[in-house]
Amino acid sequence: MRSSIALTFEKCKKEKRPALITYTVAGDNTQNNSLKILNKISKHADILELGFPHNTPIADGGQIQGSSYRALNNGLKLKDVFQIVKRFKRKNPDKPLILMGYYNLIYQSGENNFLRKCKTSGVDGCIIVDLPHPENKKFAAKCKKKSMNFIQLISPTTPFDRMKKIIKDSHDMVYYISMLSTTGGKLKVSPKNILKNYFKIKRINPKKNIVIGFGITDKTISALKSANGLVVGSMLCKSITNSLKMRQNPVTKLDKVVYNLKKKIL
Amino acid sequence: MKLKIKKGIPLIDQHDKNFMYGGKFGGNFIPETLKKPIDDLTKLFSKLRKDQKFLKERDYHFKNYVGAPTPFIKLENLTDHLRGAQIYAKVVSEANGGAHKIYNATVHCLIAKKAGKKFIVGDTGAGYAGKMLSMAAKKFGLKCKIFMGAKDIKRQRPNVEAMRKNGAKIVPVTTGSQTLVDAVSECMRYWVANCDTTHMCVGSTVGPNIFVKICAWSTAQISRELFKQVKEEFGKIPSKMKLLNCVGGGSSAMGFWNEFMDTDAEFIGIEAGGPKNSKLHAAPLTNGSKIGILHGAAQYVIQDKEGQIGSTESISAGLDYPGISPLHCFLKDTKRARYTSASDEDALNAYKLVSKLENISPSLEPSHAFAEAIKLAIKLKSSDVIIVNSCGDSLKDKDIIKQKLGSYIR
Repeated sequence: MRSSIALTFEKCKKEKRPALITYTVAGDNTQNNSLKILNKISKHADILELGFPHNTPIADGGQIQGSSYRALNNGLKLKDVFQIVKRFKRKNPDKPLILMGYYNLIYQSGENNFLRKCKTSGVDGCIIVDLPHPENKKFAAKCKKKSMNFIQLISPTTPFDRMKKIIKDSHDMVYYISMLSTTGGKLKVSPKNILKNYFKIKRINPKKNIVIGFGITDKTISALKSANGLVVGSMLCKSITNSLKMRQNPVTKLDKVVYNLKKKIL
Repeated sequence: MKLKIKKGIPLIDQHDKNFMYGGKFGGNFIPETLKKPIDDLTKLFSKLRKDQKFLKERDYHFKNYVGAPTPFIKLENLTDHLRGAQIYAKVVSEANGGAHKIYNATVHCLIAKKAGKKFIVGDTGAGYAGKMLSMAAKKFGLKCKIFMGAKDIKRQRPNVEAMRKNGAKIVPVTTGSQTLVDAVSECMRYWVANCDTTHMCVGSTVGPNIFVKICAWSTAQISRELFKQVKEEFGKIPSKMKLLNCVGGGSSAMGFWNEFMDTDAEFIGIEAGGPKNSKLHAAPLTNGSKIGILHGAAQYVIQDKEGQIGSTESISAGLDYPGISPLHCFLKDTKRARYTSASDEDALNAYKLVSKLENISPSLEPSHAFAEAIKLAIKLKSSDVIIVNSCGDSLKDKDIIKQKLGSYIR
């Protein structure tokens, strides 16, 4: 059976556009709001990434750190993350949802236990920031067995031979990090050069769905639309921060922001 | 499975193909972006450590720049006062800059030069790692950036001033607890974004495996010197000898113990117990913390059930870290070393006694080790030998000591 992630990419390809992938942090700014945000933005976004926050992230920039801090400060626990997923998937069973986070939370919960909870709540895939190839092979295999996607990452520093190995072990989606940066950095490489690297990876196996993330905002998204998918994260976290500052409703704010992002890639 | 240390093989090399010690400590839990830079550094270091020319260069700088060997002295007055074991100190604080951090900093700068990098970044807690890195960077012509928690910047002012004088840019870290743990995270994040031009120096035996290795390999100079000094003093390695060292990340203890690994010397690591009557501490080994991932490595780490890293508290910024080197976890589980803790108050009292009786002035970090030495010495006989690594100078703590004890005299 094709995964809902694979089906989504097929659908986007038919519509000749990239998949829009959003990233928000579970529990930001409250558990209820983060669920409401998912429900709203899923009307425009094709795949939703949901961060399970960690208080010592080594690859996230200020915006996502801020969101994680808000969520943890509100007492968010891993079980709440699964609750949010469950409630979202009940309403939106076909919308792919990917959990993203750091390995220590999985390690503490136990890999099998974590995956069981993913499965029962309806998670479609996992991105583990600090579990690179080949150390992730065992966990990736466990995911596959549960017909869950394990999303591998490729970076501008990844050598070509290593890329080939990563692609070979990948499932339905591969995540290309656009530049040397933590999340939310200013795009310091031109979209043209990002795409040049991107298609180098793409040629290894044109059938693989490869998405680009890091540094993508409403300003840069349309220049990258020849990719299979584009991830916007920090910009959304920043929008939540700003709406809280201005005493606006973050849910309606994010609905608008994601709607606008979608318009730019149609 | 019973863990065992292999004889005749450097401890830092006793890992499996995934860079794990005893199958469960260490490794490389890192973002994909750092995989290649870390692979490159791993290859470069394994080449350099076999390169006679590089070793000569290192030894030259250790001798002429760091000032090797640092003194090994008997603390006659303290020994007489306690009337138990004979107490000695390896006065590593006599090294250039005033602490053991100079070894790691010097080696990292030499490696950065070999790697053709012009920029070097590092983290610091007590400020010694940062001060030494800024000194060495200046000497070797590298541009230097130091990440330091905002709380530590306030409490370790003298070292901050030293860093500025050396021309380093200090980046205050205002996330989380604003101490060492956040400084290391922020430094790693900076490296993720700048690894093409910049070399990173992790200030202790923590982080991804290669940083654990380079640091322990560098500080091993301490025990290379001490091994000779002990033989000269006693004619052999005494059978009842205890080597006491404070542990935060664990770099000075690793260096202090390394050459004695295959001897009968007893290793005792002293963690920061935090204030008396406080639940907070920085002693994951003493207090039975669980294994978790912090800063790219599996280790015993203070954390909650979910895996969020816990807050710590200690009067000594240098020990104020929720994790501990994977090497120390390995030494603990193999029972080669044992670990205990000393409270803030114990450390202050030890500082008071040692600096009153002796001509040395240990910083608050080694004062934790002295606290345990004092406790132990009374129970032992004069045939027992205790050696404390006095790995830092108290000058950086003058504000805290003045505040806690009323005065700071040097």
